[in-house]
Amino acid sequence: MQLFTGATQVATLVTAGEAEQLPVLPHWGELIFGVIAFAILYWIVREKVVPRLEKMYADRTAAIEGGMRQAEEAQQEAQAALEQYKAQLAEARVEAARIRAEAQEQGAAIIAELRAQAQAEANRIAEASHKQIEAERAQAIVSLRSEVGRLSTELASRIVGESLQDEVRQSGIVDRFLAELEQGGARPETVGQDA
Amino acid sequence: MSLNVLGSLASAEGGGFETPTTAEFYQPLLFDGPLAITRPAVVLMLSVGLIAWFLIATTRRAAIVPSKGQWVTEGAYGFIRNGVARDIIGSKDFLRFVPLLFTMFVLILVNNLFGVIPPVQFPTMSRIGIPIALTLVVYVVYHYIGIKRVGLGAYFKHLVPDGLPGWIVPLIFVLEVITFFITRPLTLALRLFGNMFAGHLLLLLFITGGEYMIIHGGIGLKIAGAGSFAMAFVLTIFEILIEFLQAYIFTLLAATYIAGSLSDEH
Repeated sequence: MQLFTGATQVATLVTAGEAEQLPVLPHWGELIFGVIAFAILYWIVREKVVPRLEKMYADRTAAIEGGMRQAEEAQQEAQAALEQYKAQLAEARVEAARIRAEAQEQGAAIIAELRAQAQAEANRIAEASHKQIEAERAQAIVSLRSEVGRLSTELASRIVGESLQDEVRQSGIVDRFLAELEQGGARPETVGQDA
Repeated sequence: MSLNVLGSLASAEGGGFETPTTAEFYQPLLFDGPLAITRPAVVLMLSVGLIAWFLIATTRRAAIVPSKGQWVTEGAYGFIRNGVARDIIGSKDFLRFVPLLFTMFVLILVNNLFGVIPPVQFPTMSRIGIPIALTLVVYVVYHYIGIKRVGLGAYFKHLVPDGLPGWIVPLIFVLEVITFFITRPLTLALRLFGNMFAGHLLLLLFITGGEYMIIHGGIGLKIAGAGSFAMAFVLTIFEILIEFLQAYIFTLLAATYIAGSLSDEH
């Protein structure tokens, strides 16, 4: 029963739908609207949207190509700078080597000079000390000679028992004796026998 | 028709449930009769306004480095320009047809998506008049460029490939004429229409059916109603995919037909 009423209901609905129109048959108003809508949008797209986008594409291509050319230029520049830098570096190396060699030469010269100076100084010092020693020796001989004379006189005085000092000094006996000694002519024992 | 039978069963179970029918699609807003201004016509105009506004706004300052809006427009444009027009028509003449194909694509895509986007929720292309209008454009364009290129007589002569045995030529000729003048436009329009129409009807059925079951049904039917809503959700996702796909297919076939008319042997 229910099924039957449902079916009739559907049947009426279907007939109502068909009275409106079959869905596969166009509604003229909509068809015309469709054409108009498409025409409007097509005109806008063709006149405004596509030219703008195409221009943008062209610009983008140009920008990319320009960027590539710029990059290439920059690379060439960098290459040139590198070459220049390398040349400068080589030049600097040569210069440094030259300076080094010069410095070595100068150093050697300075060392030689210094050595000569030091040698001279050493010689001078040695000579001076030599002279001083010589002088001191002479002085020592002189003082020794007077001392020896005095001692021997004193000894002789003791032996003889009286002062001979003045006499000896006066006569210069000691000096003469010593001079003979130095010459190797004197004989002490003779002196002793004489005395 | 079969949908109505299906609907009659559902309505029989639900008692007072009124199945969504094909009549749902005819919604005159102003006037009546064949030139009534209907809801899809208004939606179509709305879509034209929206698309035009968006495209112009996003390309006004078309920069080398795109803004977000420009990026979207450029994505769709590049998809049609390079992915459809250039690949199918070839890099020699494709630029002429880019505006046509791009307009086709965005117009169909936006109108299809209107099928699931609130508050519109009406697929314009489910009214056959509108797919027919678009098909008419493609139909005129591809015949026009073919005839213009080689002349009317040669155009018909070119329908049959060279080198066939003589007895088969008339047969092939008839088949090709049917293909070029009847099958192609018919399938182009009906494919788009049918997909949108059936998809929308299916969504209507699941949503209104689910609503009815939840409001008027017992506990079992309420659960079934929830299932019906879940199904409507899944189908909505599926619909979005189909809506995109149909816009793409329509554009792709339009490009193919144009390419056929441009090439020497079809």
